Amino acid sequence: MTAYATEAPTAWTAACPSARLRPDDGVAVLLPGGRQAALFRTRTGLYAVDNIDPFTGAAVLSRGIVGDRAGEPTVASPLLKNVFSLRTGLSLDDPAVRLDTWPVHDDGTTVRIGTEGTP
Amino acid sequence: MEELVVIGNGMVGHRLVEALRDRGGDGRWRVTVVGEEPRSAYDRVALSSYFDGATAQDLSLGDLAGPGVRVRVGERATSLDRGARTVTTTGGTLSYDRLVLATGSAPFVPPVPGHDLPGCHVYRTIEDLDAITAAARAGARTGVVVGGGLLGLEAANALRLLGLRAHVVELAPHLMPAQVDEGGGALLAGLVRDLGVQVHTGAASTAVEAGPDGRAARLRLADGTHLDTDLVVFSVGIRPRDELARAAGIAVGERGGVVVDDTCTTSDPRIHAVGEVACHRGTVYGLIAPGNAMAEVLADRLLGGRATFTGADTSTKLKLLGVDVASFGDAHGRTPRCLDVVVNDAATGRYAKLVLSDDASTLLGGVLVGDAAAYASLRPLVGSPIPGHPLALIAPQGEPVGADALPDTAQVCSCNAVTKGDLVRAIGEGCHDVPALKACTRAGTSCGSCVPVLKRLLDKEGIAQSKALCEHFTHSRAELLEIVRATGTTTFSALIDAHGTGTGCDLCKPAVASILASLGNGHILEGEQATLQDTNDRHLANMQRNGTYSVVPRIPGGEITPDRLIVIGEVARDFGLYTKITGGQRIDLFGARLEQLPAIWTRLVEAGFESGHAYGKSLRTVKSCVGTTWCRYGVQDSVGLAIRLEERYRGLRSPHKLKSAVSGCARECAEARSKDFGIIATDHGWNLYVGGNGGFTPRHADLLASDLDEAALIRCIDRFLMFYIRTADRLQRTAAWIEAMDGGLDHLREVVVEDSLGIAADLEAAMDRHVATYTDEWAAVLADPDKLARFQSFANAPDTPDPTIAFTTTRDQPVPVGLGMPSLRTREDAR
Ligand SMILES: Cc1cc2nc3c(=O)[nH]c(=O)nc-3n(C[C@H](O)[C@H](O)[C@H](O)COP(=O)(O)OP(=O)(O)OC[C@H]3O[C@@H](n4cnc5c(N)ncnc54)[C@H](O)[C@@H]3O)c2cc1C
Repeated sequence: MTAYATEAPTAWTAACPSARLRPDDGVAVLLPGGRQAALFRTRTGLYAVDNIDPFTGAAVLSRGIVGDRAGEPTVASPLLKNVFSLRTGLSLDDPAVRLDTWPVHDDGTTVRIGTEGTP
Repeated sequence: MEELVVIGNGMVGHRLVEALRDRGGDGRWRVTVVGEEPRSAYDRVALSSYFDGATAQDLSLGDLAGPGVRVRVGERATSLDRGARTVTTTGGTLSYDRLVLATGSAPFVPPVPGHDLPGCHVYRTIEDLDAITAAARAGARTGVVVGGGLLGLEAANALRLLGLRAHVVELAPHLMPAQVDEGGGALLAGLVRDLGVQVHTGAASTAVEAGPDGRAARLRLADGTHLDTDLVVFSVGIRPRDELARAAGIAVGERGGVVVDDTCTTSDPRIHAVGEVACHRGTVYGLIAPGNAMAEVLADRLLGGRATFTGADTSTKLKLLGVDVASFGDAHGRTPRCLDVVVNDAATGRYAKLVLSDDASTLLGGVLVGDAAAYASLRPLVGSPIPGHPLALIAPQGEPVGADALPDTAQVCSCNAVTKGDLVRAIGEGCHDVPALKACTRAGTSCGSCVPVLKRLLDKEGIAQSKALCEHFTHSRAELLEIVRATGTTTFSALIDAHGTGTGCDLCKPAVASILASLGNGHILEGEQATLQDTNDRHLANMQRNGTYSVVPRIPGGEITPDRLIVIGEVARDFGLYTKITGGQRIDLFGARLEQLPAIWTRLVEAGFESGHAYGKSLRTVKSCVGTTWCRYGVQDSVGLAIRLEERYRGLRSPHKLKSAVSGCARECAEARSKDFGIIATDHGWNLYVGGNGGFTPRHADLLASDLDEAALIRCIDRFLMFYIRTADRLQRTAAWIEAMDGGLDHLREVVVEDSLGIAADLEAAMDRHVATYTDEWAAVLADPDKLARFQSFANAPDTPDPTIAFTTTRDQPVPVGLGMPSLRTREDAR
């Protein structure tokens, strides 16, 4: 299962065992180079977006509530409740704001985030 | 700035100053209010509730004093010098540019022999009521009220509440002659007699005779009979207090009252009169609504406006001795050739009369006794064509009149003179619910009888009072709770699959999580439930701006031993936490990283602490003062009660947070009246207040029940809380819930105290279940590796703390450095 990605990445970072990533329950993942991803499994797929909420600067998006707005899969920041598309990273409150996204792969044992050749 | 002197700090004088301030008049007038009573203005209309547990403080209308306003209580104006433009008072001399007479009226005492004996009373001020109470406590057994009008009946009820045998003596052939007609009066007399009050109509009092102790002992009647009594209350009418004006040569009316024109100005253009002292077009109004209307007009005029007072509606609706009485418009049928339609049902104790124009097409007025529910919709119809058959309007199962039937000029709220047109305009400007309409028009804020009409207007203006939780559910929170309860649903997925659409969001998920928790579905982090929880509930701590958490252990009632206090200090020190005392009498430890929470709580749980639920929409704290434990003034054990209440309701999930406090005496040091449920000790037990809050729109709680013993108190709170949990909207505090409720506080009291819906036993059982199944949420997390796994910084690096979190030191404590928010850095950081 591969989620939204524009280019095939050349390196993958192991995020967690597959069983650890439960539906609608995000986790934070430390990426090489010090960035952080918020990783989710929802009814519609696997998503990794920047863990830092651009409206507050805090690394908290993995702790947000997952759901949908008119069918678009979303996460709401736990701080000021700004909502982002999990697919595109776009803010639904301010179209000028966008989270970076990464491709995700789950081979049934390990969930991995594609980190090279992408943002 | 010009000097405005207001004589009289009663209800209307108070309203005038408020109205000036609301209009921004504080820059133009320097206001001095002189009031003869020993306290600032209070709600005289609600005076009788003083016998029902309300205190002088409950009745107070609030303090006017502030920038540009001085209030001098306990000071009487004794004369005016119009030439010098000064007022002499018992405290000195004041100069004015404009003067307002708001001196109200005084009870009229008929000059029968013996009217001034000790034991003869009147019924107008708190001091009058204190004197009656003192007489009753001194051993009086029987009391006679002379006068069977509105106030006389209130006085009779007061005597009854004081434990006296009460008589009412009325000169007219029936009770309440000013408001109701003979038929209504007869039915009313029957209902009043059923309550144990002796009614004597058509009876003239001729003398009060003293007993051997020189106190009033007997009332003589014109027919030669007499009534033996221990005290007499005169309530036969009022006389405007126009003496200052008279002595100063200002025009007064034939039957008293300072004559004013439509701008509330007297014969001296610098002197105005408002309220019960004013005589407008020959009428002296004895009601609050016209007084308020005059105050608003005068405030407008004083600021250069063009408002006019052209007369007022004298409609009234009251509950007297538990009996609804209402009269409106031409209640007595004085219009030539008018027609009556009457329903007189002695069996159910209802009397209703409509007065119609000669062709039966237009409503002119009416009287309702026993059941005045139709009042709110009928009164604004006065002067308008009636929809349908008149009998249908007052038939027992009569249809409520549609809001469409009202013309724009119809006064929907007569207490505050708000027309349908005003309300429709306010709705158009964005007031989309009852609380917003109340706040912006004042409609419904006094007697509240028009609130049902406000709702119908909102409906009619197409403000679908959308109760839909969000795009995923068309139901309100209360409806979803009923669905969950009826179907036994235990998961969000099952609920949204069966009753909603899509996958949910940050609005419906926490709402459903709270419903599941309120109905007792185990730990809130169990399985799928964990993913529904809002920010703070999700990790059982309060998320702060940098993504760290604060931790608040429960300290019931704010009572803590030194040893436990030391444990909190040690934990804070060992984990480097910023420490602050909260407003709820506990201690908040800030700056804990997600992954530190389990270790912090391990220490706290070991020392016997439990979760304080500072993170939950649930009971927060029950504050207390030290009460009889230490305080010289305490009359009850407030700390003990606060602890028992906090331990009873801890962990109870609700539509919004719940705060409480217990004060051990009327000094109210625990600030209980700013809480969702506040308890104040009395000599006899506890008074329960509900619906208070601080925050954005602070509000004092209202008295729900008085002098309860602890068992009755707990029963009341159980029912109140469960009823709130079952019926409130998402994130609706108790105050807004009560405001939006049909029938408001009275309805709440009927449900909670009188069990009018027959659900009290069910509500109590639900609370008993909560109490029996409560466990500490944090202890449960520590015992479950599955739940503990949620408290990790990174799934792939659980030992690495989040590198974006950094602290600096301010006043010897760690505070967050705002990463990526340089604009938020303080000067201290830059140094
Ligand atoms: C028990 C009771 C129940 C009532 N119920 C209702 C009801 O249900 N509905 C309704 O519409 N109305 C009701 N009323 C009437 C209502 O209270 C009055 O209409 C209202 O209070 C009038 O306000 P006011 O400011 O004109 O007079 P007041 O409230 O009487 O205020 C006048 C103030 O001026 C002071 N004063 C007088 N002379 C001087 C002076 N020379 N110097 C300084 N101060 C002075 C007085 O001491 C008083 O405090 C009730 C009244 C009572 C007593």
